[in-house]
Amino acid sequence: MKSYAPLLIVLALASAYGFWWERKQGAIRSNKAIPGHRLSPDVLGQPLGSRATMVQFSSAFCTPCRATHSLLSQMVIPMNDVKHIQIDAESHLELVRELDIRSTPTTLFINKDGVEVGRAAGTPKREQVLSALAAIN
Amino acid sequence: MSEVLENKDVKKIYIDARGPRFSASATTIVLASALVTHNKWVLVAQGLVFLIGATRGPQFTPYGLLFKKFVKPRLKAIAPTEDVRPPKFAQAVGFGFALVGSIGSFAGVDVVFTVATGFALAAAFLNAAFNYCLGCEMYLLLVRFTKK
Repeated sequence: MKSYAPLLIVLALASAYGFWWERKQGAIRSNKAIPGHRLSPDVLGQPLGSRATMVQFSSAFCTPCRATHSLLSQMVIPMNDVKHIQIDAESHLELVRELDIRSTPTTLFINKDGVEVGRAAGTPKREQVLSALAAIN
Repeated sequence: MSEVLENKDVKKIYIDARGPRFSASATTIVLASALVTHNKWVLVAQGLVFLIGATRGPQFTPYGLLFKKFVKPRLKAIAPTEDVRPPKFAQAVGFGFALVGSIGSFAGVDVVFTVATGFALAAAFLNAAFNYCLGCEMYLLLVRFTKK
């Protein structure tokens, strides 16, 4: 018994989800911060940037983590007040739960006090990163 | 800071990143035909492909070999590479769905076959059409729920 109905339903739902997912990839959102949460240099294992820090949560099963890492680490080279720190999500599950990190790569943009001002799931675009960093002072 | 990511003991294998996407397209066609014809043997065969991909690696599946032999020589020589672990993880998830679907089918529970095949198809289609990364979206949630 041939039936095309299940196939059409799956393709329609998957396409709708795919377009939604594609649109939110890399977008930097400022409404996801956990109120009152601060990332300290102790937790991160190294000092924060004097103006801003990009904290990238990565995992082993994640292809775009590598691309995100090379983009952000390249970008901070000429910036003396911004740092990029990569954290392995799997070995920092407590922090991941506290901050409600759901997918990798997720990059938090934090200010000099460790307070999150924005976060991006997926690989952000260079211009998006620059404008997010420019908004931190 | 990143003990796992920077771990030198984990042998890093990089493969042509276009291979898994080609395989995902082939998988999409095979699973779509399984869903339309309601043929459990097609799902079982795809399940075996997933098993090879999840254990040996996606470059050793029949689709991976087809890519290497017939598709890759026709593409540009400079290839984007990727870590083999993300597609391997996706193959393992696919195997899980294929296993559940096959068991359901042999037990005579048709709805299990349809739903499991549907999910596997959705994942393969998202990978093929949107370059969706299953490991990125699912792996962390999975460890968040299962590990203390």
